[in-house]
Amino acid sequence: MTQAPTNLLHLYRQMATIRQFELRAINERRSGLIPGFIHSCVGQEATAVGACAALNRDDVIASTHRGHGHLIAKGGEPKYMMAELAGRSDGYCGGKGGSLHLSDFDLGILGANGIVAGGIPMAAGAALAFQMRGEDRVALVFFGDGAVNEGAFHEAANLAGLWKLPVIFFCENNLYGEGTPQHKQTPIPDLSARAPGYGFPGVIVDGNDVLAVLETTRQAVARARAGGGPTFIEAKTYRQRGHYEGDPMIYRSQEEMEAWKQRDPVVGFRKWLEDSNTVEPGALDATDAEVQALLDDAVAFAAASPPPAPESALEGVYGDTHGGRVF
Amino acid sequence: MREISFSQALNEAMSEEMRRDASVFLMGEDVGVFGGVFGVSAGMLAEFGEERVRDTPISEAAIVGGGLGAALVGMRPIVEIMFADFVTVAMDQVVNQVAKARAMSGGKASVPLTIRLVNGAPGSAAAQHSQSPEAWFMNVPGLKIVLPTTPYDAKGLLKTAIRGDDPVLFFEHKNLYAVTGEVPEEDYTVPFGQAAIRREGSDATVIAIGGVSATVAEAAERLAESGISVEIIDPRTLVPLDTETLVNSVKKTHRAVIVHEAHRRAGPGAEIAAILAEQAIGYLDAPILRVATKNVPFPYNPDLEQFILPTVDDVVAAVEGVVKYML
Repeated sequence: MTQAPTNLLHLYRQMATIRQFELRAINERRSGLIPGFIHSCVGQEATAVGACAALNRDDVIASTHRGHGHLIAKGGEPKYMMAELAGRSDGYCGGKGGSLHLSDFDLGILGANGIVAGGIPMAAGAALAFQMRGEDRVALVFFGDGAVNEGAFHEAANLAGLWKLPVIFFCENNLYGEGTPQHKQTPIPDLSARAPGYGFPGVIVDGNDVLAVLETTRQAVARARAGGGPTFIEAKTYRQRGHYEGDPMIYRSQEEMEAWKQRDPVVGFRKWLEDSNTVEPGALDATDAEVQALLDDAVAFAAASPPPAPESALEGVYGDTHGGRVF
Repeated sequence: MREISFSQALNEAMSEEMRRDASVFLMGEDVGVFGGVFGVSAGMLAEFGEERVRDTPISEAAIVGGGLGAALVGMRPIVEIMFADFVTVAMDQVVNQVAKARAMSGGKASVPLTIRLVNGAPGSAAAQHSQSPEAWFMNVPGLKIVLPTTPYDAKGLLKTAIRGDDPVLFFEHKNLYAVTGEVPEEDYTVPFGQAAIRREGSDATVIAIGGVSATVAEAAERLAESGISVEIIDPRTLVPLDTETLVNSVKKTHRAVIVHEAHRRAGPGAEIAAILAEQAIGYLDAPILRVATKNVPFPYNPDLEQFILPTVDDVVAAVEGVVKYML
């Protein structure tokens, strides 16, 4: 199928939105608006945006505990996300999911996930449904470098390779599984090397280069749509903040963190857009202002959203009996 | 009315649902060419083809998680766990993903997934192929738990499971497969949450869960010979549980014995005993007793296995105990 020309400013807007969403969420957690913990994806904006830009609206994603960026990139609205993080009734999940379980089925977001590798079999299953129904849809599952050591990854990868399912295994290798570096968790330097063992290709991409991520994902998506089966994309990137907000980060050096900040994906892409004159003069500043206003509105929306009624905790557990209430 | 086996009833339920609804399919280890290790899906591959009667790798997490993903995008998968004991490999998928998907999304996710599991002893299948783990899941909100005991119920309950919008754990006791009984030719369903009174009586209520049905029926016959009238209640579904029928029976007989093949400690009987104590203690003339498998892993030796399982003698003794009980 033909691809729409890439709207570079739109990619920047999404990356900037993710960055600002994370920074605002961190602030609002400190302020007390957000009661739960946050795993921020600051530094990983290019993977989320590049990967989702290669998808259609009716394609689906499964995400991770570090999923805010994935949701925004797939079309999630910051105000409903912020309200969910605040546990409010207007959040995507009515305040029952929080950061770890954000989902929107209308946008093809099958959910963030609190379990490492927990969403990978789910993505394979969605891809199986698309394949069985002959639909031109793919599933893309995000996971981190830690997830490739979970059984669920291996089971799902084998199944997807065997059945040539239209699924993209998108590994955001940010070098750390919680507080332990990749080289202490996995005996191979490149995680994509595992893919051929399941009968599909593994490719490596600079995860801080949004256009490289987009192009690599487009190829994987095209292969999946054509019936070629899965691709494992290993996007090398870096988590600029802790595993969670409050992480003392005693497991890595200041020098390492500084070096990666020099390769910041949002700053880098902005500079590239500026230097290459690919966008109208003033467009980037205007976009930054738009994003700022969007996030101001999101925080205000979350703060103004009423808390859910306590009894609503008993609803929505089941679908078709007892009015969805527990029994 | 015609008589067919429990196994054939399950086969008919799946086949008829697959004919009426293209979104229904069966997936599991050896369900296709082999027809299921207990033969339940025999002949289905020939009718529906390998797309819809799908042999999988030995990958329980991918089977259950794949079923979840397909369900989330509109399919109605039936997945088979060859022995219920193997569900442990898929425990994250069942407990953290499948059971919670709807609640975490604020009630939006629909999970029409039927998980068929083969449970039960005896048969010298030893510690990892004999268990009845249904109570493990009673502590997990979001799942429905079904244990049919007759061919009629097997077919009607399985249809309810497949047509419903919630995940169902459907436990099939391996020694029931050959049991025959009346099953109508025309379409019908059996609702969840409605216990069946298998035998009316006045002296004691025996709540018989799953595969112990024949044991309890035989015990009731023997007790009748000595003038003790037993009422047998088959809950049919543990979640939702028809507490009303259980409580009303106990209010009538004033005595309760709960029989199941799950291990005794914290088995389904513990929950039911607690409910009876909460709702009917003023009507009870004797302690609530449980007759269940002794709290050891299933031994291989047939004599040892028989020693730990609930027997007719055990049920008779328990009922006699509560009938003769003096405060």
